[in-house]
Amino acid sequence: MPERRYLGKRIKRREDLRLLTGRGLFVDDLSLPGTVYAAFLRSSYAHARIKSIDTTRAEKISGVIGVFTGEYFKDKVQPLMTAWALTGADLKPIKWPVVVHDKARFIGDIVAVAVAEDPYTAYDALEAIEVEYEPLPVVTDMEEAVKPGAPVIHDEAPNNVAFTWRLTGGEDFDSIAAKADHVMRQRLVNHRLIPSAMETRGALAHYNASTGELTVWVTSQNPHVHRLIMSASLGIPEHKLRVIAPDVGGGFGSKIPVYPGELIVSRLAMDLGRPVKWMETRKENFMGTHHGRDHITDFEVAYTRKGEVLGLRVRTLANLGAYLSTAAPGVPTILYGTMLSGPYKIKSVDVEVKGVLTNTTPVDAYRGAGRPEATYLLERVMDLVARELGMDPADVRRVNLVEKAPYNAVTGLIYDSGRYREVFEEALKRAEYSKWREIQSKARKEGRLIGIGISSYIEMCGLAPSRIARATGFGLGLWESAVVRIHPSGKVTVYTGSHPHGQGEETTFAQIVAEELGVPIEDVEIVHGDTAQTPFGMGTYGSRTTPVGGGAIALAARRVKEKARRIAASLLEARVDDVEYSEGKFYVRGHPEKQVTIQEVALASYTADKLPEGEEPGLEATVFYDPENFTFPYGTHVCVVEIDKETFKPKILRYVAVDDIGVVVNPLIAEGQVHGGVIQGLAQALYEYAVFDEAGNLLTAGFNDYMIPTAIDTPNVESYFVETPSPHNPLGVKGVGETGTIASTAAVVNAVLDALSHLGIKHADMPLTPYKIWEILKEKGVKA
Amino acid sequence: MYPPSFKLLVPQSLDEALKMLAEHGGEAKLLAGGHSLIPLMKLRLARPAYVIYLGKLKELSYIREEGDTIRVGALTTHSEIESSELLRERCPLLAETASKIGDRQVRNMGTIGGSIAHADPAADYPAALVALEAEVVLKSVNGERAVKVSDFIKGPYITDIDPQELITEIRIPVVNGAVGSSYEKLVFRASDFAIVGVAALIVLGKDGTAERVRVGMTGVAEGPVRAQGVEEELEGKKITEEDIDKASKKASEGLNPPSDIRASSEYRKAMAEALTRRALIKALSEAKKKA
Ligand SMILES: Cc1cc2nc3c(=O)[nH]c(=O)nc-3n(C[C@H](O)[C@H](O)[C@H](O)COP(=O)(O)OP(=O)(O)OC[C@H]3O[C@@H](n4cnc5c(N)ncnc54)[C@H](O)[C@@H]3O)c2cc1C
Repeated sequence: MPERRYLGKRIKRREDLRLLTGRGLFVDDLSLPGTVYAAFLRSSYAHARIKSIDTTRAEKISGVIGVFTGEYFKDKVQPLMTAWALTGADLKPIKWPVVVHDKARFIGDIVAVAVAEDPYTAYDALEAIEVEYEPLPVVTDMEEAVKPGAPVIHDEAPNNVAFTWRLTGGEDFDSIAAKADHVMRQRLVNHRLIPSAMETRGALAHYNASTGELTVWVTSQNPHVHRLIMSASLGIPEHKLRVIAPDVGGGFGSKIPVYPGELIVSRLAMDLGRPVKWMETRKENFMGTHHGRDHITDFEVAYTRKGEVLGLRVRTLANLGAYLSTAAPGVPTILYGTMLSGPYKIKSVDVEVKGVLTNTTPVDAYRGAGRPEATYLLERVMDLVARELGMDPADVRRVNLVEKAPYNAVTGLIYDSGRYREVFEEALKRAEYSKWREIQSKARKEGRLIGIGISSYIEMCGLAPSRIARATGFGLGLWESAVVRIHPSGKVTVYTGSHPHGQGEETTFAQIVAEELGVPIEDVEIVHGDTAQTPFGMGTYGSRTTPVGGGAIALAARRVKEKARRIAASLLEARVDDVEYSEGKFYVRGHPEKQVTIQEVALASYTADKLPEGEEPGLEATVFYDPENFTFPYGTHVCVVEIDKETFKPKILRYVAVDDIGVVVNPLIAEGQVHGGVIQGLAQALYEYAVFDEAGNLLTAGFNDYMIPTAIDTPNVESYFVETPSPHNPLGVKGVGETGTIASTAAVVNAVLDALSHLGIKHADMPLTPYKIWEILKEKGVKA
Repeated sequence: MYPPSFKLLVPQSLDEALKMLAEHGGEAKLLAGGHSLIPLMKLRLARPAYVIYLGKLKELSYIREEGDTIRVGALTTHSEIESSELLRERCPLLAETASKIGDRQVRNMGTIGGSIAHADPAADYPAALVALEAEVVLKSVNGERAVKVSDFIKGPYITDIDPQELITEIRIPVVNGAVGSSYEKLVFRASDFAIVGVAALIVLGKDGTAERVRVGMTGVAEGPVRAQGVEEELEGKKITEEDIDKASKKASEGLNPPSDIRASSEYRKAMAEALTRRALIKALSEAKKKA
């Protein structure tokens, strides 16, 4: 293999210069001549019938252009429905009106819209709108919601169950349980989180009445999907709708769905004949943009006295909030249930998930989406089994880890490639696991609380292929597209259907293309985010951008190179087979002095007078790439914590991550993804939690109350990679965007609970804040 | 997060500011660092018709020692207090407390006058200021008065200030001799307001007995409180660690701290004891070094 110039190199992110110097261009930076501003009145109650709305006072305020209610939008904008209509799960057709007209179902529901010349006036107008509500009984708790007699949120789902999804794989659980030495039951709560991207959501819409073209700038992870859904809901044909997602300040899944906001401003731009803009306030973002996780699970695990985990029966309630968001049904099912064998040789998995509707903010994909929930469950299982058997948690994992890939999990997935056991041992070695066990036992004698947690995970990512996506009821395929265009001067523009928004692919994609084409990386520009420029693509989520989007780009680059080789052969008057390529130059094998540069070939492709017979002018290729399978990154993380004996504050002493993400395109960026991911996952373990009161008000509706850890709170994350190329895509990459989040929650919780294990604590639900730890010990009557 | 409209007034001198207050009093809000007021305005919880910006009044930004008093101007920022040589030398408790407020951005903007006027029940300064027996100086067109911090803060966000008055300075009596102090703050996340904060001050006499013990707490009541049971238990003793262990148990006596989504009242009581112990142990070892 020739020496690599770009792939695998620690190249700094090219996007950082503009982002860090304030030269990024976000939706809120944009404004067109004549722009007016929309503000949304959100419901005062989590569940209430709307009896009347009086807008007269608001409309009289100087500068107010209009106030619009649900009646106005009812027939103009189709309500939102989920795009992941799970097959075979009795999914109820839940509709989400963009502005509610009959009743509000959560505190983020939009009841009226004020449009004014400036945002200040629009918010003044909201205060002058008089709404008469008839409050209805509220249910926020999933277990209450499914009880008979609970308040009904949607008539279409009389028991508040939106779907029931079941997967059974391998041997029957009851028969395997009968053979097992032990069966243990446990209840786990995986609490609700709020994605809280740095940039809130918003949109600016412009309608040209002469051409009938609507252009919408929106904070989206997937502009093409946004266009498709918005086109259907607004009744504007796709070719007249252009969606542009400029720089996007993080999403973590929360900018995948289409929400009412972008539809409202689009419709109003058409009706008012002026550009309409709306940008969420932070409080609105907390209340109205979707949340993540929120499972209650009861499981049974059958295992042998040697620690072999034979089977799992899992019954999960997944809180979906008041409506079914765009991808919501797939998250606690396809992305969770199928992952319940993890990196282990489990012989039986029987999982049933009920999607429950409550008077809370809708729940959808949040970094890791389903896979952190599965990993958390499995890694708690491993530790609990170890506890019951008096084994070292590392040994229980050793008994259960998959030996080699490809591996057919009983849930139906085929793991691509990996050295699961080697990576596990490497993580333990790097973290000095045995040494920490010794330190722990000494520390215990001094009354100190030190704990060690392990988390081994595998994740299904590179979300594709279409065949499988469609079989699960997903509304679209899951391929990706790319155009690689070499201009007459030899410079390269790449158009991708992916939409990186913080992950660094403007850099890594340029590395891939520069490597494939042998051109300087500075000569490659990556264009994304504009439906008028880029081919249809599915977007950036599910750690799919590099494996699927990057795969498409690599294939397009190779196709362009082949065409260039044919043209070069014609210029060099040689046979195509005799023409070789290296570092930007084509030459005739054995005659290196006979050469043309890629730039010369590019120009020739456009002057078009010396093309081979039948060759089209121009030098570009378009590829639509649908991989044959998912990719399966995996790894082992080890965390060491010490709990302060007086304040009960846990402190992470060591955090080691060893991940196999396949070929690492850029270690600097990959490590950054691991760092961020680990911190986002440990945030759930120790800090973040969303709380609704009984009336359905969100008590954690700001950064004051919703505890996102800061740089000061977070540990040094030691990140290492092992590279086993994935056979499923042209680059051998697997994806790294979510690994950290998937692994770390369990690693940290296991560590904290391990620190308390000698005090008789087996399990406690997250978040393990100092107060929670204090309370657990107090309940146990333990004086630490 | 768009506040209702207001009129911004920018006085160039203290006198001008006082005149503006005399005129607009009840309808006006003073703006210092803005780190408490602006969030409230953006949430439309505060809706002043006039905002009087104090930023030009450099005359209210100073740290001076005069006679047996340290005087800190109301507009002095947390970071100026944190890094003041004079305070580090003569009143390290205040500097240490300032260093534990919020994060660097908050400390660069927030002012001591604003913090005291705002009277957040979990603010840090009040714990130290009641332990130091400090006074607040208030001025209006009608004159000037000084009030003890412990009397000035009446409850959560409630103070003994007249709408026409402005805080001009904080006065702290100098404590000489073998003094040790410490501010212990418990947060679940860096840069948060305190779950509980405890300021301790110990002055040792020549023979090593504690002449004065002061413990101020924040986050455990409607405003800052002194742990008088602890103080009494230790004063007049040659304090040992065991004495501190025992006395700290009294830190939560008579307290009924708030419960919220972060922690229960009971936890706060337990933490008041734990932090009192820590603060006293540090203060004692400091004081011993100087004895
Ligand atoms: C993210 C964040 C974290 C924080 N963390 C902490 C923390 O850990 N500990 C802590 O103690 N505080 C914390 N704070 C609060 C911070 O210290 C504030 O700066 C301080 O409470 C108010 O000071 P200010 O100068 O910003 O006042 P402003 O916000 O300008 O004013 C606050 C109030 O005081 C009044 N006021 C201001 N100056 C005067 C004066 N001279 N005379 C009379 N009235 C006056 C104003 O009218 C207003 O009502 C935090 C704030 C933020 C935003």
